[in-house]
Amino acid sequence: MLLSAPTRVPSMPDPSAAPAIQMTGMNKWYGNFHVLKNINLTVHRGEKLVICGPSGSGKSTMIRCINRLEEHQQGQIAVEGVELSHDLKQIDVIRRDIGMVFQHFNLFPHLTILENLTLAPIWVRRMRRGQAEQTAMHYLERVKIPDQAHKYPGQLSGGQQQRVAIARALCMSPKIILFDEPTSALDPEMVKEVLDTMVALAEDGMTMLCVTHEMGFARQVADRVVFMDQGEIVEMNTPSEFFSHPRHQRSKLFLAQILN
Amino acid sequence: MKAVSLPLPAEPMPGQIRFGAFRRSAKLLFGTPLNAALTLLFGVLLVATVPPMLRWLVIDAVLFNPNPSACRVATGACWSFIYAKSGQLLFGIYPLDERWRPAIVCLLILALLGWSVRPASWAPRLLALWVAALVLIFWLMGGGIGLTEVPTSSWGGLPVTLLLTVVAIGVAFPVGIVLALARRSTMPAIRIGAVVLIESVRGLPLLSILFVASIMMPLFLPEALLPDKFVRALVALTIFAAAYLAEVIRGGLQAIPKGQYEAAAALGLPFWRAQYLIILPQAIRVAIPALANTIIVMIKNTSLVLVVGLFDLISSGKAALADPDWPSPAAETFLFIGAIFFALSFSFARFADFLERRGPTAH
Repeated sequence: MLLSAPTRVPSMPDPSAAPAIQMTGMNKWYGNFHVLKNINLTVHRGEKLVICGPSGSGKSTMIRCINRLEEHQQGQIAVEGVELSHDLKQIDVIRRDIGMVFQHFNLFPHLTILENLTLAPIWVRRMRRGQAEQTAMHYLERVKIPDQAHKYPGQLSGGQQQRVAIARALCMSPKIILFDEPTSALDPEMVKEVLDTMVALAEDGMTMLCVTHEMGFARQVADRVVFMDQGEIVEMNTPSEFFSHPRHQRSKLFLAQILN
Repeated sequence: MKAVSLPLPAEPMPGQIRFGAFRRSAKLLFGTPLNAALTLLFGVLLVATVPPMLRWLVIDAVLFNPNPSACRVATGACWSFIYAKSGQLLFGIYPLDERWRPAIVCLLILALLGWSVRPASWAPRLLALWVAALVLIFWLMGGGIGLTEVPTSSWGGLPVTLLLTVVAIGVAFPVGIVLALARRSTMPAIRIGAVVLIESVRGLPLLSILFVASIMMPLFLPEALLPDKFVRALVALTIFAAAYLAEVIRGGLQAIPKGQYEAAAALGLPFWRAQYLIILPQAIRVAIPALANTIIVMIKNTSLVLVVGLFDLISSGKAALADPDWPSPAAETFLFIGAIFFALSFSFARFADFLERRGPTAH
């Protein structure tokens, strides 16, 4: 079973192109609290990263820095070769190309599912309504809930809402998708439908950064697992190495807690 | 007394239903000594007040007789006064031969309001329609270009009340939204500016703001720069309403979870677009009961302009009462004016209720 699983080779980066994401010497403080300490991380195009670690280790904060939902104070973050600066217009341009899926879905409750999906393509990408709706229906079919298009988010289950959130991100045809604990707020029986959607997305070659405790998902799709603790990247390795031979004491402790 | 458990009655026979209902209400009204005492008390109060009220309102009232002397001898209400003076009550001291103009203005405003509450007409062209209508309205009221000029000091009655209400609230609402957003801004200069404006307007009585606008401004502004008295009162009402609406809208904004801002930002929506499409529709919906409250108070606040010499409905009523030919039926006049204010406020309350029920109910 384990042997027959396809070995995942990180897609070879195009040498002429900049990596999808590059963080160098990145530091962040909340007041005096040092949340992120000297983060160096390069994510190539098409790569799938799973970021794990105990709560409070800074993993959510790190991926939220990539689309500037949080501001870092030191070091550089470059997305597709463009460095994040204080220029608000430039941040909006970068955000268009980075999809984000939140722990609590954050769908817009006053809009229907279809309106949730077409809003940004129409207002940000300047797409015509008809075309935006066609794209939206295409992605709703991919996440297997086209029949819910005219309902409001409050009428859907948690798993369905999270799949809508994934479809909403996809409608902007992003180059990268960030997942911030996408299954943590779900009832156990709904975790699988969301993970299945994410696996399908990974198979299509999307660049994905995923903060999650779903180790089965990490084994199945991750090219690399990043383990963080106390604001630092402690260990970074292929899933098979990380799970079978964790090098660091803190990784061993974490795995012992989470796998039992 | 022995506790007897009575078997529950089976399906009552048709003839028993009325008796059952009678027994139930009798038990409700006289079941306990306290209930019996309250029933008797309210019964006596009703008997003591309703017949005289009916006598005054209808039985002994002068309903149609247009002769003022009929009112002098009658012991009931003088409704014929309202009818005989309706022109003056509704249009104040507006020139008699030109009263068709404010009449059209009133009908136009009411028709536009009726048109505007339909969700189907909520489109940018509705705003254009209102702007065009207001230009027409101010021309009809003020004259010039083919019509006899009528200065604002001669305007009066219902058109003044309607215009002050519609324009003050219509302008105050967007200003209030901007003030509410400014007060939540991270930029200190903008935030402090909004706080100073809102708190100083909220800290002053509306009367004093109206006095400043109409009496103090002429003292330090040269005549050429001084706007019309009607416009000054309108601006004062607008600023007052904007400060209150801003705080109500800010309350709605506080209720929107941080995740909504983050989701909008993550999709690349710029600040104003995110506010317009995501945050404000939800914030205003949350704030509807409080907004309706503030707006209804503002509808009635327009009557305060009488202290600075503008003839709204109430001032027109007082002017009509001064006619020495009639016995000055103040209660009837104020009931009539009250009915107009009630119709306006109650209609708005129903509209707010409709808005509240609209859209998704589950969150």
